Amino acid sequence: MNAREQMLGAIRRGLRRGELAGEARAAAETRLAEHPVNIVPKRSQIPRERQIDLFEEGAKAVHATVARVASTEVASAVTDYLAANNLPAAAVMAPDPALDRYGWKDRPMLEIRRGLPVDADRVAITGAFAGVAETGTLIFTSGPDHPTSLNLLPETHVVILREDDLVGAYEEVFARLRARYGEGSMPRTVNTVTGPSRTADVEQQLELGAHGPRRMHILIVRD
Amino acid sequence: MKSTAHAFKDNVGEALRDTNLQQSLSIMKVGFVERRRGAVERMPEFEALRDRARDIKNHALAHLDFYLERFEQKVLALGGHVHWAPTAEDARRIVLDLCQQANARTVAKSKSMIAEEIGLNEHLEAHGIAPIETDLGEYIIQLRQEPPSHIIAPAVHLTKDQVADTFHEHHSKLGFTRRLTERNDLVAEARHVLRQKFQQADVGITGANFLVAETGSSMLVTNEGNADLSNTLPKTHIVIASIEKVIPTLEDAATLLRVLARSATGQEWSSYTTFNTGPKRSGDPDGPQAYHVVLLDNGRSNVLGSEMQDMLRCIRCGACMNHCPVYGAIGGHAYGWVYPGPIGAVLDPQLLGLEEAGNLPNASTFCGRCESVCPVRIPLPKLMRHWREREFEHHLTPPTVRKALGLWAFLAKRPKLYRAATGIANRALALFGRAEGRYDALPLAGGWTRHRDMPAPQAGGTFHAQWKARGGATR
Amino acid sequence: MRSPTRPGTGLDVALFVTCLVDMFRPSVGFAAAKLLEDAGCRVVVPDAQTCCGQPGYNSGDRADAIAIARQVIEAFEGYDYVVVPSGSCGGMISHHYPALFADEPAMKARAEKLASRTHELTGFLVDVLGVAPTPTRCDATVTYHDSCSGLRELGVKAQPRQLLAGVEGVKLVEMTGAEICCGFGGTFCVKYPDISNAMLDDKVADIAATGAGTLLAGDLGCLLNMAGKLQREGRPVKVRHVAEVIAGMTDEPAIGEPAP
Repeated sequence: MNAREQMLGAIRRGLRRGELAGEARAAAETRLAEHPVNIVPKRSQIPRERQIDLFEEGAKAVHATVARVASTEVASAVTDYLAANNLPAAAVMAPDPALDRYGWKDRPMLEIRRGLPVDADRVAITGAFAGVAETGTLIFTSGPDHPTSLNLLPETHVVILREDDLVGAYEEVFARLRARYGEGSMPRTVNTVTGPSRTADVEQQLELGAHGPRRMHILIVRD
Repeated sequence: MKSTAHAFKDNVGEALRDTNLQQSLSIMKVGFVERRRGAVERMPEFEALRDRARDIKNHALAHLDFYLERFEQKVLALGGHVHWAPTAEDARRIVLDLCQQANARTVAKSKSMIAEEIGLNEHLEAHGIAPIETDLGEYIIQLRQEPPSHIIAPAVHLTKDQVADTFHEHHSKLGFTRRLTERNDLVAEARHVLRQKFQQADVGITGANFLVAETGSSMLVTNEGNADLSNTLPKTHIVIASIEKVIPTLEDAATLLRVLARSATGQEWSSYTTFNTGPKRSGDPDGPQAYHVVLLDNGRSNVLGSEMQDMLRCIRCGACMNHCPVYGAIGGHAYGWVYPGPIGAVLDPQLLGLEEAGNLPNASTFCGRCESVCPVRIPLPKLMRHWREREFEHHLTPPTVRKALGLWAFLAKRPKLYRAATGIANRALALFGRAEGRYDALPLAGGWTRHRDMPAPQAGGTFHAQWKARGGATR
Repeated sequence: MRSPTRPGTGLDVALFVTCLVDMFRPSVGFAAAKLLEDAGCRVVVPDAQTCCGQPGYNSGDRADAIAIARQVIEAFEGYDYVVVPSGSCGGMISHHYPALFADEPAMKARAEKLASRTHELTGFLVDVLGVAPTPTRCDATVTYHDSCSGLRELGVKAQPRQLLAGVEGVKLVEMTGAEICCGFGGTFCVKYPDISNAMLDDKVADIAATGAGTLLAGDLGCLLNMAGKLQREGRPVKVRHVAEVIAGMTDEPAIGEPAP
């Protein structure tokens, strides 16, 4: 008997039954197929404008910074942010075509490279699959247009979140993931990121930038 | 990791004398509790979420074989691999084989209690592979060659000065010769050193907080982002997870995550909550080429269907130890093995045997604070009591305790005799204790009077004697 | 006749005294009886009681715990209520007895019936009877320790405070960590004396920090533990069971104090 059969057998002995069958199996299959929603906290089930406020509050509470801009203001908002934080006017940007439209060419002083980050990159600019108002969280999905390491390696992460991609609760993100990738399917990596990297491993005191970004700046973009 | 649970009482003595530890614990036992309280107050549905979280885990356990098979099927369909490990030894062998196949020299490890449970680091080191712990707390204790003292805050027993000394000792040879005194400098130095380790690592090994059957995803929760680097940069990603981590759907994950971070650190949501599903896809610019999941049993299937099954709901948040006054007094190392605190007192006898870890479920006042905060409502005191019952049944209870209990039970089952015996004891204790009102030493009560006086009984006889004398009703 | 001050009129209440009160502090039993009688109840102290069985139950000796539970169930059947001046023993009867007879349906039913009628003293006075106790006076600044079983198994938190608020002259100063275990834990405190002592150190520091001259709680085990430590350290804090203060029976020396 191989290890797999041994383990499954031991589990079934413990549960005092054979392989799951009949109605019980059908019920479990249905549960997987229908993935029923459990309890969605009411805090995010509020009118649109207040959801955006809630997102902003949540993100700020975990030391992200947030600005709301029109799509025509994105590039200038990025350059202003970098200047205000004494960061170089240079960034590595996700090769995401959806980011092309923000008028980067009108900002010749901002040096942008598209692709994977290297050690010298201090700033990453990416989009986001979604934002979650419930906790001020961003969702990033891996793929040709969004390397995961962009979310992790540079010290500063500037995130461009379209207002339309901001949802109330996680359950709404899952619905969008299923719509985009298919039922039961996910991209290789889905990062849900809430504020910059942190640790409290030394005397229970918070320090930012343990491994991932020290700074996270979120631009919420109205179209 | 080698257990010292059998030496629990000696460990306790050491812990109580360790002034650094006591200083760290005094910070810990206030901070975690206050932060959780705040998070719970901000979430009105918290109690309902706990009920739901308990139900989800119970459902998953009752269908464990089905969801594991479904999880496996999903991973295989994406080109990943699933390995079944009935024992710790099997898991060590499988992981070593995978590392050797990848020609690995260094491995970036993200904190995993399962890796501690199976003694993975020692095994890899013995075969010439260097595992680098990347969680800051784990990294610190790896440098110090200490085991973790807490399941989510492994270095919670250390002070900043101790960390500074450790870094100074180990980083000097890397060119960091200055002894640092500020916390942010310590964190920055570790970030720098570990970033290089990540880039050199051939394999990333992580644990998993949950495995999602619906999608075949392994999920990881961290605040530092170290797990994400471990599962993104190296060419091979190995996940080691015990079988009870599997849950049905993403919606179920959302419920469990809503109680996990709040219970653990009082955060609304951990900084990094990551779903990894298979190896990198064609066209992905980064991510591992190979993705392996090792499913560990190590005695857990024996717990299914037993009176101890509730322990398998545990989601390893650490709230029970954060709120445990015994843990708060002695810290994690005294428990002697991987899992400390109330959940350790329940898990360790299962995984190590009652003869090794029998003290742990006994060292509790049953104050119930652990159960009152457990996000999946594990009845920890009840499970500890079950261990005490098994101990008693198997005659592992210490003979002196057994004898005292025998005498107590003999009397308690015979009210008339009991009344006579307590009457004598009451008069004797009251008589000799009258002048002071208390005793500072008493024969057979050294455990009590070592640290505190024993109040003497009030004068006038037992309550029952006085009640009768006053003509009070007895039926 | 029921009246707001005597809402217990016509009720037969059996008092489970507890082994520690019987042995060490009979005045708690008499305070409980007085409070119940003042509320109009007829108080009975069944003779066949010894102990609730916790020492055995918590030490893994299930067989003896069951034997003792059987004895208690038989002795306390047939009353309207069973009242216990202890959350720990009250919790044993109302929470754990039914579980002891899981395999014995007839006994389980009897255990559940008893459980549903069993109450901790302050919980009974406030939640069941809704009494305003006979006005009494006690000039003291007090702090209150919430004993674990009463708090977490029975929800005893507001009730003793509500009753204390009715005692003229009492000023309650809450301590930090009032809900944290004092380190007693029955046999725990003698099996693991050093851990118990560390917990007790924290508790005594919290008590002292309030500046209160009197410490109250609803469980004699915890009270003996805390009194013993306060006195060992020479701290001038009087320790009493809350029932004594509510019943206006504070003439007796406090716990561990010499008789005059």
